[in-house]
Amino acid sequence: MNRRWRMLGERLSQVIPVIVLATIIVFGLLQLVPGDPAMTLAGEQATDERIAEIRHLYGFDKPFLVQYGTWLGHAAQGDLSRSLLSGERVVTLIGQSFPHTLTIVVLALLISLLVGVPLGILAAMRAHTRADTAISALSSVGVAIPNFWLAMILVTYFALGLGWLPATGATPLGESVVGSLRHAILPALALAAGGIAELTRQLRSALLEVLSSQYMRTLRAKGLSETAMICKHGLKNVGVNLLTVIGLLFNRLLGATVVVEAVFAIPGMGSLIVRAAINKDFPVVQGVVLSMVLVVVATNLLIDMLYSVLDPRVK
Amino acid sequence: MASDTSKQQGRPGPEMGHRPPLLSVRELGVALQTRGGNLQLTQNISFEVGAGERVGIVGESGCGKTVTGLALLRLLPARSMQVSGKILLDGTDLLRLPGRQMRAIRGRQVAMIFQEPMSALDPVFTIGQQIGEAIRAHFPVGAREARERAVDVLDRVGIPLPQRRHDEYPHQLSGGMRQRAMIAIALACQPRLLIADEPTTALDVTIQAQIIELLVKLSSEAGTALLFITHDLGVVAETCERVLTMYAGQVVEDAPVEDVLVRPRHPYTSALMRSLPNLSVPKSVLPSIPGRVPNALAMPAGCRFAPRCAHARPACGRAQDALPVGADHRVRCARFDELELPGTAA
Repeated sequence: MNRRWRMLGERLSQVIPVIVLATIIVFGLLQLVPGDPAMTLAGEQATDERIAEIRHLYGFDKPFLVQYGTWLGHAAQGDLSRSLLSGERVVTLIGQSFPHTLTIVVLALLISLLVGVPLGILAAMRAHTRADTAISALSSVGVAIPNFWLAMILVTYFALGLGWLPATGATPLGESVVGSLRHAILPALALAAGGIAELTRQLRSALLEVLSSQYMRTLRAKGLSETAMICKHGLKNVGVNLLTVIGLLFNRLLGATVVVEAVFAIPGMGSLIVRAAINKDFPVVQGVVLSMVLVVVATNLLIDMLYSVLDPRVK
Repeated sequence: MASDTSKQQGRPGPEMGHRPPLLSVRELGVALQTRGGNLQLTQNISFEVGAGERVGIVGESGCGKTVTGLALLRLLPARSMQVSGKILLDGTDLLRLPGRQMRAIRGRQVAMIFQEPMSALDPVFTIGQQIGEAIRAHFPVGAREARERAVDVLDRVGIPLPQRRHDEYPHQLSGGMRQRAMIAIALACQPRLLIADEPTTALDVTIQAQIIELLVKLSSEAGTALLFITHDLGVVAETCERVLTMYAGQVVEDAPVEDVLVRPRHPYTSALMRSLPNLSVPKSVLPSIPGRVPNALAMPAGCRFAPRCAHARPACGRAQDALPVGADHRVRCARFDELELPGTAA
C-alpha cells in the first residue's frame, strides 16, 4: 500500500508540467486568433480611448507571460475569471455544463464495455469462424461510421419517428435520474458505436495472443474448461491492455462529445467551448480546456494506479 | 507392472488374468495440415507405459518427441494438427473421448509439465491459486481445503515455507522453484501418469539434478508413471526403466535402459550414446553424428537414418519395420542382427 502511495506521488509530480504546458499552448493559441477581444467587448462604435481602456481593464495590454501568470495564479486558487460574454463566473458555467457531458461519456463507456467485452470474448473463442468474421466486419463498420451521422440517424428513427426518446436537450442528473438517462441514451449510443468496435477488436487480439501462450496450454493440461481459461485467466491477463483501451476511449469520448452535443443540443462542455471560441470568450475557452486536461490527467493517473492492482509485476 | 493395481478404479481387462498397461499408444501419427497438403510429423508411434513405470523418450530437436507428448493429452491445436492412431488409457481411446470427458482425464489421470516454467505459469495468479484451481477442477472441495492441499503439495515438492510461497507470484520464485511449482500443479490431483517434456532443459545444471531426483522420488512414492521426454540420454539412464529412441518422427528403438546402454541395437541410439560427453576422459574429441535430420518434406523412402548411418547398405532403402529383438526390445533396423554396436563408453 505504501508503495502505491509513493507511486501516486511520483505520478502527480510528472503530471503538473503536463497541465502547465497544455494551458500555455491554449493561452498562446488564443493570442494568435485574429481579432481583438477588446474591440469586440467595446462594441462597434467605440472610440480608440474606450478600446484602450478596456484592453487595460482586462490586462490585454500586458505581456503574454504576465497575462498567463495572472490567469494561472487565479486558476490555482479556483478562480477561472468571468465570461467576457455573459459576465458569469467560468467555474459556474463549467459546473453547469460538465455533468451533462460526463453523463453522456460515462454512459457511452458503459455501453461500449457491456457490448464490446462480450463480443470480443466471443470473437476470440470462435476465432477464424463465421461468427468471428461477422463480428470483425461489424466492428469495422462501427469504427468507420461518423458519430454525428449516427446521431442524426438515431434522432430520426427513435426520437422523431418512434417518439421513444427526446430528440434534444438534457436534464440534470440531480433533477431526475430517469429524465437524465432518457436524454443521454441516444447521444451515448451515437458515441458508443466506435467504442464498442474499438474494445471488441482490441480485446479479441489481446485474448488471442494470451490464448496462444504457454500458460494457457498448462491450464488446459490441468483440465480447465475453455470458459474458465478465457473468462478467468484470459481476462485477467488482458486486463492491463483493456484498461489502457478504456482510458484512451474515455479521453476520446470526451473529445468526440463536442460534435454529438451539437446534434442533440445538449448544454455540455462541447457546446460551451464551441460558443466561447466563436465569440472569442477567452476565459471560458481557457477554463474548459484546463478542466478537460485535468479530467484526462486524472483518468490516466487512475488507470496507472489500477495497473498495479491487476498485474503483480508492475512496481 | 501389475503390482499396485488394486487402488486403480479399474475397468476389468479385456482378457482374464492379463491386465492391459496403463497407457498403450498404437500407430500414433501427427500430421500438420498445410495448404499444400498434410505434412506427416510423426508416424507409427507405438509404445506402452505400465502403471508406475518410468519411460524415457529421447531424440534430437525436431524428432517429434514433444509433439507426441502433447498429442497424448490432446493439447495440439486441432485446427492445424491431425492426430491419428489410438491412445488407450486403461483401454479407453483418448482420441475418441468427447471434450468434457477428456477434461476429466487431463490433470486428474494424466498430467504434464513443460520446459519453460516461467512461461508455463500464469504470471498474474499466485502459485497457490494455480494449484488450487487444478484441485478444484477435479474434486468438489472448498477454497479452504484447496488451500490446505495446495500447501501440502508445495511441501511435498520441496518448496520451503510453503504457506508463504502459496501466495507468491511466479516472478517472485527462482527458476528451480518455479519448476517445482509446476510439478506441484501437475501432481496436485495425484495423476497416474506424468508427462514431463524437457523439464530440466531451461534450468542450471545443479538445479537439473535436484528436479530429476525429485521427479524420481515422487513417482516412486506415489506410483505415478513417468514419461520423460528429453534430448539427454544421460538423464534417461538415471531416471527411467525403459527408453524409446525417436528419430525423424519414428520410434527407432524401444528397450529396457540397462539393455540399451550395454548393447544398443539401432545405429542411431548407439551414435547418440557415443556423443554424450564423458567427463572422466578430459579433452577427448566428442564424436558427433554427421549430416542433419531429414526434412519432413523430403523423408528418405527407406530407413530414415540411412543417409547418416555408417552401417547403411542398399537393403536399407526399403521401409523398415519395428523388429523384435527380445521380449521387450524392438528396433527399426533391418541389420540389427549383424551389427555389433557400442553402447556407453566404460
